[in-house]
Amino acid sequence: MSGTIGLRMLLRDPMGLFGLVLATLLILSAVFAPLLASHDPAAIDVAAKLQPPSAAHWLGTDEIGRDTWSRVLYGGRVALAVALSATVLSVFFGGLLGLIAALGPRWLDHLLVLSFDTVRSYPVIILALAIGPIFGGGIVVLLGLLVATSIPYYARVMRSSVIAQASADYVEALRAMGMGRIRIALRHILPNVIGPILILASMDIPAFIMAEAGISFLGVGVKAPATSWGMILDQGFRYIGHTPWLVIAGGLPLILATLGFTFLGEALRDAFDPRLKRRG
Amino acid sequence: MLTFILRRIALGFLVLTLATALLYILVQLAPGDPASAMLGPRASPKIKAEFREKLGLDRPMPVQIVNYLIAVGQGDLGTDLKTKRPVVETIAAHAPHTIALVGAALLLAAGLGIPLGAAAAVRRNGWFDRALGVASVSLISIPPVVIAIYGMLFFSAHLGWLPAIGAGEGFWDNLRHLLLPAFAVGIGWVGYIARLVRASMIEVLGANYIRNARSFGLPSRMVTYRYALRAAIAPTIAVLGVGVGYMLGTAAFAEIVFARPGIGKMMYDAVTLRNYPLTLGAVLCATALMVAATTVADILNAALDPRFKDGRE
Repeated sequence: MSGTIGLRMLLRDPMGLFGLVLATLLILSAVFAPLLASHDPAAIDVAAKLQPPSAAHWLGTDEIGRDTWSRVLYGGRVALAVALSATVLSVFFGGLLGLIAALGPRWLDHLLVLSFDTVRSYPVIILALAIGPIFGGGIVVLLGLLVATSIPYYARVMRSSVIAQASADYVEALRAMGMGRIRIALRHILPNVIGPILILASMDIPAFIMAEAGISFLGVGVKAPATSWGMILDQGFRYIGHTPWLVIAGGLPLILATLGFTFLGEALRDAFDPRLKRRG
Repeated sequence: MLTFILRRIALGFLVLTLATALLYILVQLAPGDPASAMLGPRASPKIKAEFREKLGLDRPMPVQIVNYLIAVGQGDLGTDLKTKRPVVETIAAHAPHTIALVGAALLLAAGLGIPLGAAAAVRRNGWFDRALGVASVSLISIPPVVIAIYGMLFFSAHLGWLPAIGAGEGFWDNLRHLLLPAFAVGIGWVGYIARLVRASMIEVLGANYIRNARSFGLPSRMVTYRYALRAAIAPTIAVLGVGVGYMLGTAAFAEIVFARPGIGKMMYDAVTLRNYPLTLGAVLCATALMVAATTVADILNAALDPRFKDGRE
């Protein structure tokens, strides 16, 4: 479980290393997008529309002549920002609700579990298609939807891990020493369960990247002038008869990002918490 | 067992009722006039007035919710603004295409995933197991929408082997049109199921009753494939139940890319026309399908799990 051993294991796992390199490259390209971009991603040049890759436009241009390479870079920023904020917010609120369910009175626990089940019963993409446009779409609505539908997942994991720890010997001992329930939970149980939950969360980053791109592809997620890999895929799909370059430019970074973060997440899990591995 | 089944079904209905009520509240929270949010700006003043009266939009929220639940419970999901016919009819016309697609994707996921996972578990840590491990993680992490578009680009546009558009006419043509979309929806689940079967099979192969069966001299193949595999499939069924809900979403991508007239494509077109009664009705139907799938999966899972049976007897 020690950090340096975990890190060494991560570096020795070829797939993990591959994931780490891909994820690092993506994060760097997102951070330094303004420096790496060759054009303003929103600059329209209708005379140069739907061009194949060239020295001036490395990945060609879209139907109104915007530079695809620059749009891909800025799309990466959106993808990472949405995925990271969705992860942080769902872990925080889900964890909090799970903790309340585990520690609160019986009726509150039942009520919360029922509401988790209710929210989980919506098919997310279908819900996004219906609700997104009613709320006007955009990044905030998209993020709200992703967080709201992911909270139950983390809440359930947190709830069951806290309940599992509550009967452990050290908790019994602390209770016998007269320590309060909430203090035991926050000071002693939480540090023990948060690690596995954070690893699970890191494995959800690719799922959020995928969801953002998918929902934006459907036209109910990220809106112009912001850009998203899903939007580039959508444009590319509309103009697939004219040029294959747009769907290639929108799809490849998406595949690389989800692959990279998935391999990294798997390797992190294997390195830092081998117990989770058996759950498959 | 019967009490478990009845309780599980009752819970399913409760969750579905709450989900319906929650959707209603959510739409009321949307900015603007709730009647327009529910009915879309294209609804005629007459439809809006009827809707206001039916749900009593001036009455307290709980009354509105109960009225809405009663309407939905009677199968009244509102009026499709494009065809001016009940939403239920439009959904019923599109649903078979989605159900066929999800069914085919499930068959693909289970039909390939289970044998691959079992084979990997038997040859644990061999080259096949390792290759399958990397392949399944990769398959899981490639977005279905990209698989659909690239699949169309390669197999339809480039090679010309498979049709790119529509659902086809007649059984064999339907089947041909189903191949690429089902591949896009199901291929990620092949990897997922393979990993799951592998993991639970490895666990089961080490269990006492399997070792007992071996020590009694039962043939190794029979122990592996009849007893161990059966026990290992149970968790897979539960996951496939959740998978149905997830696949309903990914099916939407495949339907849009391949212009297949299912629920997802129908919703996608309805969004552009702001035909909200249709999209909201589709959410309720999809949610009902998802709740039904998880309920059935839970019950099947309990029925198949030998430990569950032992506890009862």
